[in-house]
Amino acid sequence: MKKMISLLVRNRPGVLSHVASLVTRRGYNVESIAAGPTENETRTRITLVVSGDERELEQVTKQLRKLIDCIEVRDLKYSQAVTGEVALVTVAVDPEKRGEIMSLANTFGAKIADLDEKSLTLQVVGSSHMVDMVITGLAPYRIKSMARTGLVALPMDSGEKKEMLS
Amino acid sequence: MSNNTKQGPGRTGAQILVSVLEQAGVDLVFGYPGGQAIPLYDAIYDAKFKHILTRHEQGAAHAADGYARATGKVGVVVATSGPGATNLVTGLATANMDSVPLLAVTGQVPTANIGNDTFQEADIYGISMPITKYNYLVTRAEKLPQILAEALYLAQTGRPGPILVDVPKDIQVAVLAPPELAPVSIPGYNPEPAIQSSQVEALVEALRQSRRPLAYLGGGVTVSGAEKELFRLLTENDIPAVSTLMAKGVFPDDHPLALGLPGMHGAKYSNLAIYESDLILCLGARFDDRVAGNVRRFAPRARMVHVDIDAAEIGKRVETHIPVVGDLKNVLIRVLDLVNPVRRPDWLHQVAELKRKHPLPIPQDDEIIKPQSVIRAISEVTDGEAIIVTDVGQHQMWAAQLIVSKKPRRFLSSGGLGTMGFGLPAAVGAQFGRPDLPVLLIAGDGGFQMNIQELATVREHNLPIKMVVVNNGCLGMVRQWQQFFFQRRYSSTIWNYMPDFVKICAGYDLPARRVTEPREVRGAIEAMMAAPGPQFLEFKVAPEENVLPMIPAGGGQTEFYDV
Repeated sequence: MKKMISLLVRNRPGVLSHVASLVTRRGYNVESIAAGPTENETRTRITLVVSGDERELEQVTKQLRKLIDCIEVRDLKYSQAVTGEVALVTVAVDPEKRGEIMSLANTFGAKIADLDEKSLTLQVVGSSHMVDMVITGLAPYRIKSMARTGLVALPMDSGEKKEMLS
Repeated sequence: MSNNTKQGPGRTGAQILVSVLEQAGVDLVFGYPGGQAIPLYDAIYDAKFKHILTRHEQGAAHAADGYARATGKVGVVVATSGPGATNLVTGLATANMDSVPLLAVTGQVPTANIGNDTFQEADIYGISMPITKYNYLVTRAEKLPQILAEALYLAQTGRPGPILVDVPKDIQVAVLAPPELAPVSIPGYNPEPAIQSSQVEALVEALRQSRRPLAYLGGGVTVSGAEKELFRLLTENDIPAVSTLMAKGVFPDDHPLALGLPGMHGAKYSNLAIYESDLILCLGARFDDRVAGNVRRFAPRARMVHVDIDAAEIGKRVETHIPVVGDLKNVLIRVLDLVNPVRRPDWLHQVAELKRKHPLPIPQDDEIIKPQSVIRAISEVTDGEAIIVTDVGQHQMWAAQLIVSKKPRRFLSSGGLGTMGFGLPAAVGAQFGRPDLPVLLIAGDGGFQMNIQELATVREHNLPIKMVVVNNGCLGMVRQWQQFFFQRRYSSTIWNYMPDFVKICAGYDLPARRVTEPREVRGAIEAMMAAPGPQFLEFKVAPEENVLPMIPAGGGQTEFYDV
């Protein structure tokens, strides 16, 4: 089971260490962690994707909530959150095969971020599922290197309304 | 003289640190100086509080811990950077496991040198992260006063714990304007969660329906100061109670409803009563594996009520049917308002039968002193009035079983971390915190040697601590496990060399006596308690004595080891 957690924390030195240290010490399995600034400069938003059984995952939320720097912890359901991820993928490709890759890129709205005679770097923005699909599509070519940001997420305003009604 | 400049504008970070502690009512600090803490110690030179110089930073940390456990106030410990700071680590972890309010202030190399592997530099901020409730590295001098105020607040609110503040040397000497302390406000930190009526009502309803309720008491009762409300609830509703190490004394051990220690070395009747119960009221405890080795065979027919101020404890090890989040005392006040007292004679009869059928084994011997008899005699002579401090090991478990505690904060022991070497320095701290009460230390020959240097602190301050070493010539608890589970292969548990404790005490100018005769045990303890000042007694006891009963690790409440 996987769980997406959105943390709003105080923007202080060491806060990411506190989160990472807790997750490591309690033995939870982190799939991805992404941190960045928010609309308020004293706050940082961290999106965590963790996997484990139901009990473990309930504990993760509780332990995170206990962190002194943690202002808000939300379990996000995919249906009620906007999510996204950025991936940069460099593929070894000869000029004559570029066209195939460009058409794959166009299908998914990916951009060419870098290009030379022997390789090409794609910038993919979208859901994790979409990034996975692009990577699958690129599998027949040689992927030289790749970097993914991990998931960032926000609860949907419309999703929140639905939650309140139900 | 720095005293003159102290009141005026422009004081150093170190002076401000001292004045924040003074204003917070700190009357005693334990510590050990060093290169990166010299400005701090210069300010302490003029402090209104007393600074107790221990002989090791670990001793200072445990002393601050013992002080905090005995008084309920925040214990403060100061150390220098690098080795001074790393010597605090065991003390911080001990306090963290047992939710003891501590403030540790460490010196650090100047901010410009951090990260350069500077002389006596250690990343104590990183090191202490998983063993503190919260920690700080002060990187800007003007933030120091507010950080200290926050640290003191965090240490003692909600579920208490140790807080570390790492103060680089340049910040200790930086000159600052007089601080204006804003009230502490930490968004997202809610130390007093609002108690939900529905949860309290569910607890009361579950109790009403229960025929065999049992209270499982933890350190939260002590922290919350809920013993009066607890006494009413238990006695008016015929609820027997087990007390963990951290809760010893919150309900009087000599009361018929008291079942003493639960778990691995609890009495059989205590564990069998848990097993038979139909409702567990877990009050400020955490289902530690030494209490509930196998959560499925703990109280299989019981509904679980768990009251804790720390929501993360609920559901951590056992499935909870009725969670109640909040301060225990306030929860119990609301429970008492709602509950209609019920008598449960059948259940009390059943519990009394368990007690009668399965008493704690108390071995007797005329030839050699049985360690249990020493503990029993200590309990009888001190009669619940003294603060009993233990070290860790067999003597600790016998003390937990046999000392009759009647008041909270009178039995101090390292519960969660099981820190050998805790006892002597913790007794020092307890005696400083409660000069009005006798303090008696029970230690084994192993743990006593782990912080034996603190005998100097005892002597220097003429602390009237009564020290008892139960000497069985081995590391008894590990030896017992080796006997039971490793075919008596006593790997590194039998000392090949034993120092002469009486001679060591002579070196520290402490009155000491060795007792080897069973018939002299009680008289020796009486004489020690009657004598003024520090006293030391060594009892040479039977070497292969075991703590029984025993539920092996991972066992359920009925799965006793068959000797």
